[in-house]
Amino acid sequence: MTDKPRVAVVTFPGSNDDHDAVWALGAVGADAVAVWHQDAQLPAGTAGVVLPGGFSYGDYLRTGAIASVAPVLDAVRAFAAAGGPVLGICNGFQTLCEARLLPGVLRPNRQLEFVCEDVVVRVEDADAPFLSRCSPGQELVIPVKHGEGAWYADQGTFVQLAARGQIVLRYADDVNGSLGNVAGVVNEARNVMGLMPHPEHAVDPLLGSGDGGLLLAALVDTAAAFRATLAVA
Amino acid sequence: MVRPKDGILDPQGDAVRHSLRKLGFEVSGTRVGRLIDLELTADDPAEAEAQVERMCSELLANPLIESYEIVVEDA
Repeated sequence: MTDKPRVAVVTFPGSNDDHDAVWALGAVGADAVAVWHQDAQLPAGTAGVVLPGGFSYGDYLRTGAIASVAPVLDAVRAFAAAGGPVLGICNGFQTLCEARLLPGVLRPNRQLEFVCEDVVVRVEDADAPFLSRCSPGQELVIPVKHGEGAWYADQGTFVQLAARGQIVLRYADDVNGSLGNVAGVVNEARNVMGLMPHPEHAVDPLLGSGDGGLLLAALVDTAAAFRATLAVA
Repeated sequence: MVRPKDGILDPQGDAVRHSLRKLGFEVSGTRVGRLIDLELTADDPAEAEAQVERMCSELLANPLIESYEIVVEDA
């Protein structure tokens, strides 16, 4: 047993950022472990979960749709319901939306082109555990790489989410046609977050930006705090 | 048959419409959806439709952005 909080990173067939996520989480102080999509349970002691980027199940049907009914998602759902922190990155965000753990849905980019570039995202609301190391209004440089990143929700939902502070990250510029330039959202309980940019690709300033490390380190903080509540229970 | 709901931006449909225009076809609207053929056993058509209805709401369509039509045929 290590002192570091255990964060499970799920690998689906077609995930391709799972290894980067494991490495990046390790770099910011997590005991990151890989979990297979067919596993019905998360490893003992799991205190945080990351659904990584990629093209799970070949993006068949809709992005994230098949992953949203994978066996491991039942375990993730139960973990989230118990208050455990869950972060979905890119395809993981799409999966959490399809699983209805997060509001809205990710649609094909309006320009019908794959975007792959560093973008500036603004922290709209830092009152979420994943953003506790950021301040409101802070601008982060984090890369995106996606073909289906245009977040959409109906107008009523959008207004409600904004009022509740659930829209936590917005692109500084229009990147993909996302409604309200939304780049990341949290659930109502604020323990589940999804974002299209890839924080795991921005943990070392040597490679352009270390801003993603702020999000992942905050996830590790949250996982440590969640583990403490489990130990008490 | 699953297709984007009215009013939902359909970039794929727009791209197809532009290509059709290039070929000289005047098309004012194009929406690209998905046809899913399902084979299943049910006591009667109503039960089959009820089963497919559940499949649509749980997986085959995303009700936020897609509508669907179910057609039941005897094998």
